[in-house]
Amino acid sequence: MGLVSAASPVEVEPTVTPDEITYLAKPWVTLVWDDPVNLMSYVCYVFQKYFGYDKAKAEKLMLEVHTEGRSVVSTGTREEMERDVQAMHEYGLWATMEKA
Amino acid sequence: MSGFEHHRRSDRVIATFTGFEADLLRSLASQLVELLRNERAEPATPSGDPFEAMTAEFSGATTAPEDPVLARLFPTAYLDDEEAAADFRRFTEGALRDGKAAVSALIIDTLEDAGLPPELTEDGLVIDVELTRDDAESWMRAFTDIRLALATRLGVEAGDEHYWHSLPDDDPRAQAHDIYEWVGYLQETLVEALSS
Repeated sequence: MGLVSAASPVEVEPTVTPDEITYLAKPWVTLVWDDPVNLMSYVCYVFQKYFGYDKAKAEKLMLEVHTEGRSVVSTGTREEMERDVQAMHEYGLWATMEKA
Repeated sequence: MSGFEHHRRSDRVIATFTGFEADLLRSLASQLVELLRNERAEPATPSGDPFEAMTAEFSGATTAPEDPVLARLFPTAYLDDEEAAADFRRFTEGALRDGKAAVSALIIDTLEDAGLPPELTEDGLVIDVELTRDDAESWMRAFTDIRLALATRLGVEAGDEHYWHSLPDDDPRAQAHDIYEWVGYLQETLVEALSS
């Protein structure tokens, strides 16, 4: 972090990039929880098809759900996460959302 | 019974069922459609507030369904925010119910279009099903809902296969669990066919 300059009343932090600003405005996450019913192959398929993740990422998330009981599968605005949770429910996955 | 396969030349997903199997799938799908349509979402509990009572008539459910199958199909989206959870449910549950009823209804229609009669009477009937990728995905989602419904009613838990297989063959719960596993097998082959 830069030093606060008393001479300049409006301090713009020049190291913050537009991507980070977008990131700061996206404080919500979608969680998928483990259940004893859904097939591992199906959960992977859903993560690839709906989120567009490659197979490796989809498998990693699926295994996280399976071994840790839950996994963050997407991050974004509240509205985006509501869409993702609804889509997961459409696919029969147990999903919730919360502030990151 | 060999499950689903991807037919490369036509890019269709195909399967062949006996009359008995097709009839069983239709019965499972019909039961789910009936549950989704009959156990309608309850509007917000009347509280005596006339404005709330009036708006409740026009809005969807705000509390989780009492039926455990429906509660699993329509989970609560916010764990620590009741108001947000109620709003989410109000705006999504109706559409989710319609979507789930539609994919199960597609199974019924497809089987009947493929020659499954209203009442299965003849032996040796063979039902060939040929699905586009979109329809195959709808079937796959319906299989998920059917499996979630069966598992919830049976009380299936992780790692309990041994218990189910130890039940006597004539135990109706063992039979229902066999059906649950069969639909799981079908779904596994369907996911594989769609992944190719």
